[in-house]
Amino acid sequence: MLRMASSFPEEVLEHVFSFIYDDKDRNAISMVCKSWYEIERWCRRRIFVGNCYAVSPPMVIRRFPEVRSVELKGKPHFADFNLVPEGWGGYVYPWIAAMATAYPWLEEIRLKRMVVTDEALELIAKSFKNFKVLVLSSCEGFSTDGLAAIAANCRNLKELDLRESEVDDLSGHWLSHFPDSYTSLVSLNISCLGSEVSFSALERLVGRCPNLRTLRLNRAVPLDRLANILCRAPQLVELGTGTYSAELQPDVFSSLAGAFSGCKELRSLSGFWDAVPGYLPAIYPICPSLTSLNLSYATIQSTDLTKLVSQCQSLQRLWVLDYIEDIGLEALAAFCKDLRELRVFPSEPFAQEPNVSLTEQGLVSVSEGCPKLHSVLYFCRQMTNDALATIARNRPNMTRFRLCIIEPRAPDYITLQPLDDGFGAIVEHCKDLQRLSMAGLLTDRVFEHIGNHAKKLEMLSVAFAGDSDLGLHHVLSGCENLRKLEIRDCPFGDKALLVNAAKLETMRSLWMSSCSVSFGACKLLGQKIPRLNVEVMDERGPPGSRPESCPVEKLYIYRTVAGPRFDMPGFVWTMDEDSALRLS
Amino acid sequence: MEGVVAYENDLNLKATELRLGLPGTERNQEQAVSCARNNKRPLPETGDQNGGAKAKSDAPNTPPAPKAHTVGWPPIRSYRKNSLQQPKQTAAESSVMYVKVSMDGAPYLRKIDLKVYQGYPELLKALENMFKFTIGEYSEREGYKGSEYAPTYEDKDGDWMLVGDVPWEMFMSSCKRLRIMKGSEARGLGCGV
Repeated sequence: MLRMASSFPEEVLEHVFSFIYDDKDRNAISMVCKSWYEIERWCRRRIFVGNCYAVSPPMVIRRFPEVRSVELKGKPHFADFNLVPEGWGGYVYPWIAAMATAYPWLEEIRLKRMVVTDEALELIAKSFKNFKVLVLSSCEGFSTDGLAAIAANCRNLKELDLRESEVDDLSGHWLSHFPDSYTSLVSLNISCLGSEVSFSALERLVGRCPNLRTLRLNRAVPLDRLANILCRAPQLVELGTGTYSAELQPDVFSSLAGAFSGCKELRSLSGFWDAVPGYLPAIYPICPSLTSLNLSYATIQSTDLTKLVSQCQSLQRLWVLDYIEDIGLEALAAFCKDLRELRVFPSEPFAQEPNVSLTEQGLVSVSEGCPKLHSVLYFCRQMTNDALATIARNRPNMTRFRLCIIEPRAPDYITLQPLDDGFGAIVEHCKDLQRLSMAGLLTDRVFEHIGNHAKKLEMLSVAFAGDSDLGLHHVLSGCENLRKLEIRDCPFGDKALLVNAAKLETMRSLWMSSCSVSFGACKLLGQKIPRLNVEVMDERGPPGSRPESCPVEKLYIYRTVAGPRFDMPGFVWTMDEDSALRLS
Repeated sequence: MEGVVAYENDLNLKATELRLGLPGTERNQEQAVSCARNNKRPLPETGDQNGGAKAKSDAPNTPPAPKAHTVGWPPIRSYRKNSLQQPKQTAAESSVMYVKVSMDGAPYLRKIDLKVYQGYPELLKALENMFKFTIGEYSEREGYKGSEYAPTYEDKDGDWMLVGDVPWEMFMSSCKRLRIMKGSEARGLGCGV
């Protein structure tokens, strides 16, 4: 055996490994034997760190010396809904500083929910000579000054994508920092920015970058400038418009329609802020070839939405507001047979009464008509067990199912029963379900169904559900592939957590807020399980100033090989052996 | 339900679980809940945070969370909530609101500033003066009776609506242009549609 292993020269193995990109496969290779571990670590070019606190920059650099592409994720998912206070953490600067010296040839940085400062962006701009890709997804902490540094210095930049980030928008002038000699742009997404960039700078940039295939503009780009931009980039594959509203003028319309017709490669559209129906026909000629359509900012009504989607026979992904109503979803089901992903957002999330006629029936129709539908995010105001069971039977291929009923704890509106059986049907029929968010009135029984059936489930989101610790116990003991669990406002306490403590080390993270987990249980978990960081978040003051049995406000537990972190703000306490002494 | 008892028996909970305190002592769950209420110091006034916090400290199985002020509910990103609100705000802030007015048969259009008028009577009077015609009497059932003209407007959705059906403020925020219809078209619109 030993002979066989050493008779393969390293170069050959390395060459074979170079065809393997997936992280899980790479991890598997590295565990075959010591020599494969060594060879693999020297030739791994891409790393993905799902929780930036699970490992430290020096540890990563020590093991993987030749990395070209890094992806990091920071804050827990519930930060998207303002449940994580300001200053919690997720700072990227220490990573950039470490990589600046260790990876001078780094090409790609992708970050999600991290705090990125202008200093970090400036350091990126000057440290990596061959820097190509910067994706900042739901990040914050930087301003347009940082973007100016990237634009000015990264000669080989191909991709700059700021999707859904919160940027301190000082001015649009940063875009003009791309030098005239810069022509390598392939993808630009500035849709989250508020202020106006110079339109002529934008047009010139677009015009001199022949490889540009993705352009997502911001709301400040007026409709009457869009035609000019499109004419300079007829090769575009993905476009996000700016504001899609203007006075109806025949000449503006015809230039726009002409420009769209000229974009023969266009497959994905987004933007459409303030959309007026009068300008929608400008995109009709390209609708049949669209595969992705994001109308979630378009406040147009169901008649116009229906007319639009009915022409998009190749549509695979649709994001839309609930203005589409059941009737529009029926049309979607009838005409868009290739649909894979549907997201319906609420137009008036805080209204008590429904403002549109969108019910469970719309989702049932799409589940019946679209055989490839596997990913759903649906906001509505009513649901029944029958509807959920129908959806489950129709779509056993469902992999991501996220339902949100606006009213917490809403029962089946016809039978007034909990929605346990409906979601039970989902997990029973959809055997490959990876992600689930539940809604409505739910008892411990739904968790029993999940524990029994949801064997491929990786991420579960729970809110205002369950009766007792039994619920949490079912999930932790039954879901073999669970990686992320996030819970809010559920009556889960210490028992289930303590019984299933070992499970927590097999998961990426657990979030619990407004539950009944006591400070004492948190301390116990932190002390007993070595490679878990147990972090208590409490804005009422130190948890030690209250009885041990007192529930904590928020709890975030994650596995790590880096030990407790040192960048916690005043309202976060870590439970480990040392802190137990400090806190008592 | 058999649930809880079976859970205790099947798992042999007490034997395997990590426990707080010495073996043989029991914890009181009620104590946990009451301490949350007693020891809570007043939170700083941070709007939603405050309302949300009160919901959090309730014991299990209490009435539903307060509506509309629970932090992070419904689970929608801030930028989405903001993008739905903005257009209305900007319209309200502006001090003038010029819209085109056309009259069937007239050679050219006029423009008027809607913000100058306090309500429908003033607006209609101004239109009558501008185009030298008379508008009939408005009723919800029959529209404008007693005249061959009907004042209409184009709304944000591109539909042509009869002036006067909706509250003035709503009309102001949705009116994009005006058209004074004449003759058979006008009568068609006014006939109890």
